[in-house]
Amino acid sequence: MNKIEDAFSGKKALITFIMGGDPDIQTTEKLILAMSEAGVDIFEIGIPFSDPAADGPIIQAASVRALGKGCTADDLFSMVKRLREKITKPIVFLTYANSIFAYGKERFMERCRNSGIDGVVVPDIPHEEKDELSGVCEKYGITQIALVAPTSKERVEKIALGAEGFIYCVSTLGVTGIRDEVRTNITETISKVRSVSQIPCAVGFGISTPEQARDMAAVSDGAIIGSAIVKIIGEYGYDSVEPVKQYVARVRDAINQG
Amino acid sequence: MNKGKFGEYGGQYVAETVMSSLKELEAAYEHYSNDAAFQAELRDLLNNYAGRPSNLYYAEKMTKDLGGAKIYLKREDLNHTGSHKINNVLGQALLAKKMGKTRVIAETGAGQHGVASATAAALLGLKCEVFMGKEDTERQALNVFRMEMLGAKVHPVTSGTMTLKDAVNETLREWASRLDDTHYIVGSVVGPHPFPLMVRDFQKVIGIEIKEQMLKAEGRLPDAVIACIGGGSNAIGAFYDFIEDKEVRLIACEAAGLGVDTPKHAATMTNGTVGILHGMKTYFCQDVYGQITPVYSISAGLDYPGVGPEHAYLADMHRAEYVPVTDEEAVDAFRYLSRTEGIIPAVESAHAIAYTRKIAGVMGDDKIIVVNLSGRGDKDVASIARYMGVKINE
Repeated sequence: MNKIEDAFSGKKALITFIMGGDPDIQTTEKLILAMSEAGVDIFEIGIPFSDPAADGPIIQAASVRALGKGCTADDLFSMVKRLREKITKPIVFLTYANSIFAYGKERFMERCRNSGIDGVVVPDIPHEEKDELSGVCEKYGITQIALVAPTSKERVEKIALGAEGFIYCVSTLGVTGIRDEVRTNITETISKVRSVSQIPCAVGFGISTPEQARDMAAVSDGAIIGSAIVKIIGEYGYDSVEPVKQYVARVRDAINQG
Repeated sequence: MNKGKFGEYGGQYVAETVMSSLKELEAAYEHYSNDAAFQAELRDLLNNYAGRPSNLYYAEKMTKDLGGAKIYLKREDLNHTGSHKINNVLGQALLAKKMGKTRVIAETGAGQHGVASATAAALLGLKCEVFMGKEDTERQALNVFRMEMLGAKVHPVTSGTMTLKDAVNETLREWASRLDDTHYIVGSVVGPHPFPLMVRDFQKVIGIEIKEQMLKAEGRLPDAVIACIGGGSNAIGAFYDFIEDKEVRLIACEAAGLGVDTPKHAATMTNGTVGILHGMKTYFCQDVYGQITPVYSISAGLDYPGVGPEHAYLADMHRAEYVPVTDEEAVDAFRYLSRTEGIIPAVESAHAIAYTRKIAGVMGDDKIIVVNLSGRGDKDVASIARYMGVKINE
């Protein structure tokens, strides 16, 4: 079984996203370790990008902060390698296609393998362009995580067939961000996935409160939280480790009680 | 060749959320592009509303002055709204209406595409919202007001470099959040499939007319067709019907800003590398980590870090030439055409005039050049005055 899928066994998974290098590499490293202690199962680390067209203002701002500090993919590879001395939980990169492409697809995936990255989520590589990366991902044992959206409808089964790791179920239309209410046809989407695959489904986009996370995890296999954490990091900067840890612990509790 | 690809370029590199809308658009476009009634309706709008066919004007004074090839100007500047942008916009707005959409959104750089979109939306009874980099809203304040006069809402974009690429990002974000009733009128031959193909089809009327008009005027094809290029819609429009006519040189002039050896340029073909952004694989100005580098040109319409995927393909095939033209050369050409022919060109189109000035004299007087005069320069008068250090009350 895939190491990422393993993270879902016997429990609802909590998946968190933070932007690599925001506010700096050292803090990102500390944040990952603190969130691990607080019960996160899978880590998504963003590679900052100049043109994050699938992201809302909170994550855009994090990208700007990280790029302002000069954070590069190389810095993040080194950071993950250091983290691998301390944690074994799955770590995936959330990155736009161009960051991989410009680095060199082959070279990028080789460095993923060598530094201990387990997978990639690439929001601007839909099913139709999957082959852009599938060959190199397979070669280096990197899981390419697929996304489904509320608009996917009859596309869901096609996407789920052959998907690996987990399915990233986008809860709402639009870009990443915090929403008061997460409106979604997630159960319908998940039953479509289930009709062709037993792959875990985790729900993301818009989730910010522990209750929202609990509710989304209850109808799926896990919840993904990004903007809500990135917002705390934006507010507290170098001092964000403790507040992020407390927030994540509350989310973990809520999911466990769900 | 794969569907939606030009060689290795193009594709559909977008978020899953918008894939269903791209599929819907693909299907609708495939249907209506073969629908005689739709084509007749569009033809009627182009002829009776936009003023097609645009003139192919023999620039006699310019020809004599440069002392070489005979120069013709394809007068897209005389179209309704003042540029070639209306060709594409009427096509897409009509298509959106047929698809049952009630709202259109658009990005704009110089404002020409925004104005054209607002115009078509007003005509066809669609709601229109335009996303424009904040820096561009300041450079092209008059066009912002024009769009508002036409009933559109203009959103200044403050993310990133606050120019055209950021306006594209923001329009993509807006589209992903509201797909049901909204069509995104992409303004150039960029973006995910089917946009590069569809926009090219709506613009190819330029080259078809050039060919007809040239055969009538001279009884033969031109030796060169020259156009400016940002995303590349006027260039592909002018070039497309000549691609199989290998003896016709196709020359696209990109914005070299302060020079291709400085950081202040938008010369994607000269200095760019292959990357993925805005739904397509093509050439982009970027660093080794794939961060899109800020681009610069005096011309807001050419101030884009990428280029349409079909152009990337034509460049690789050596079928079209891509040459850099600086701000200084463009401004000189802007003034030159104004004084020589009494035609004030858009500063974008002035890039094509500038290159024509370089090569016409070294081509024999038995040669013929067609320059696609993609837009008129009224919108640029204030910024040219600023460039020249002339104070005027705007």
